[in-house]
Amino acid sequence: MHKVKYIGGSLIILLAFWQIVTWLGGWNEALFPSPLGTVRGLGELLASGVLAADIRASLSRFALGYISAVVLAMALGLVLGWYKKIWNYLNPVAQVLRPVSPVAWLPFIVLFFGIGEMPALVIIFIAAFFPVLLATVAAVQGMEPVYLKVAKNFGIGQPQILGKIVFPAVFPRIATGLHLALGTAWVFLVAGEMAGAQSGLGFLIIDARNNLRADWLMAAILTIGVLGLVLDGIVSYLEGQIYRRWGLTRRT
Amino acid sequence: MSYIKVEDVSRQFTKADGSVFQALDHVDLEIKQGEFICLLGPSGCGKSTLLNILAGFEGASAGTVTIDGQTVSKPSPKYVTIFQNYGLLPWRTVLKNVELGLEEQQLSADEREKIARHYLEIVGLQNFADSHPAELSGGMQQRVAIARALAVDPEIIFMDEPFAALDALTRMKLQDEVSAICREQKKTIIFVTHDIDEAVVLADRIVVMTPNPGQIKTILPVDLHGQRDRTSPDFWDIRERVFECFALKPEDKTEYYI
Ligand SMILES: Nc1ncnc2c1ncn2[C@@H]1O[C@H](COP(=O)(O)OP(=O)(O)O)[C@@H](O)[C@H]1O
Ligand SMILES: [Mg+2]
Repeated sequence: MHKVKYIGGSLIILLAFWQIVTWLGGWNEALFPSPLGTVRGLGELLASGVLAADIRASLSRFALGYISAVVLAMALGLVLGWYKKIWNYLNPVAQVLRPVSPVAWLPFIVLFFGIGEMPALVIIFIAAFFPVLLATVAAVQGMEPVYLKVAKNFGIGQPQILGKIVFPAVFPRIATGLHLALGTAWVFLVAGEMAGAQSGLGFLIIDARNNLRADWLMAAILTIGVLGLVLDGIVSYLEGQIYRRWGLTRRT
Repeated sequence: MSYIKVEDVSRQFTKADGSVFQALDHVDLEIKQGEFICLLGPSGCGKSTLLNILAGFEGASAGTVTIDGQTVSKPSPKYVTIFQNYGLLPWRTVLKNVELGLEEQQLSADEREKIARHYLEIVGLQNFADSHPAELSGGMQQRVAIARALAVDPEIIFMDEPFAALDALTRMKLQDEVSAICREQKKTIIFVTHDIDEAVVLADRIVVMTPNPGQIKTILPVDLHGQRDRTSPDFWDIRERVFECFALKPEDKTEYYI
C-alpha cells in the first residue's frame, strides 16, 4: 500500500517539475515537449504501431545479446575461476577492458561487423559480458570449500563437479552480477541501436530527433525507462526466488 | 591387526610470516575396526588436521597413514566425513542430498531413492524428504548429513565437531542417536570434539591431544559397559580422569613422551 503511495507521489513530483520547466522555459513544443504533448505523441506512436514494433525489435535484440553474453561469460567464468593459473594471466586483461565503455569500441565494431543489426548486439554483449565474467570468477574462487570436500569425498569427478556442485553453489553470487549486467546492458541498448539499426527504441530516438518530434523523443525515453524498470523487477523477483531456494537472505 | 594405522605422522604449516608451525608432531595411533574413537583436545591442537589427513583431504608432511593395509592418499567414499557446518547442498532437497553419494554408483534412480529413504527413516526424517536444508533446524540438518554418509555404506565415518553448533539438549539427543546408529551399523567412527562430556559419552577410547606442537598426550579407554548414562558414577569417574589429563603440568608431558 505504501508502495503505491510512493510511486504515485514520485510521479506527481516528476510531472509538476516537468510542467514548471516547460512553462518557465517557454520553448517551442518541437524542441521540448510538455507532459500533455508527450502523452499525445505517445498515443500517436501506439496507434500507428510504431512503438510496439520498436519495443519488440529492441527486446529481441536485447535478449539475444544479453543471453549469449551471460551464457558465455558464466561458462568461461566457471572454467577460469576453477583453473586459477589461467585466470592469473587473463585477469589483468579483463581488468583493463572492463572499465572501457562499450560505445568506445563502436568504430571497430562497425569495421568488423558493418552497420545495421550487429553493432547493437555486440555492444549489449560487451556491456553484459564483463560484469558476469568477473562475478562468476569471483564467486567460484570464493566458494565455500566444504562443497568441494563433500564432492571429493563421494568421488564426484572433474567434469561433473563443475555442473553438479560448483555452478549451483556459486549461482546466488553470480545472480547479483546478472542483475547488474542487465541494467548496464539496457543502458547501452540505445547507444548500440544508434549505429545504423533500422528499428528499435534507439532508432526511434534518432528518428524523432531528425524529424524534430520532441514529443516522440520524450515518449521513447520514458518507454526505455519503464521497460528497464520492468526488466529489473523481473530479475529481482527471480533473484529472490533463487535466494529463497538456496536458503539465503537477500543482501540489501 | 589394526585397521587404521597412523605411523609417525607430522604436519607443518608455513605461516604468513614465514615461520613454521608444527600442527602435528610425530603422532602414532592404531584403531581397530568397529571402534568409536574420540579425538579430544583444545582448539588448535591439530584434531582437524589429523582428521583431514586420515580422510585423505590433506597429506602429511612426514609419516604414513594406512587404512586396511592401503596407504591413504585421497578421499574415498569408503570413508565419509561429516562436517561441523553439515556440508549439505542447499539447492537440493533433503532426499536429493542423501542421494548425492549414490549417484556415483551403478544404481537406478528407483534404487537410489529407496536407499535414501531408508536412511532418512533411520535418522527420523522420512517426512522431510522434499524439504530444503534451509527449512530445517541445525540438528535436523546434521541428521541429513548423517543419513547421506550412511547411505553409501562406508566403512569409516569421520566427524569433525559435528554437534558444536547445536544447543545442549539437541546435542545430547544427537549424541545418543549417533552412538546407537553407528554401533548398530557397525561403523568405525573417528569423532573430533573439544567437549569432554561428549567424548566420554561416545567413545570406546578417548585420544587426548595437546597443542603446540600437536601431540597425542594419552589414550584413555572408556569402559562404560555400553551404559552411557550421563549421571552414573562410572561416567563421572572417567570424566574425572580426562580432567586430570588436561591438568598435567607441562614438564610431565616431556617425560611422558620420552
Ligand atoms: N592451512 C593451514 N595453514 C596454516 N596453519 C594452519 C592450517 N590449518 C591449520 N593450521 C594451524 O594448525 C593448528 C591446528 O589446527 P586444527 O587442526 O584446525 O586444530 P583443531 O581442529 O584442533 O582446532 C592451528 O593452530 C591452526 O592455526
Ligand atoms: Mg578443528
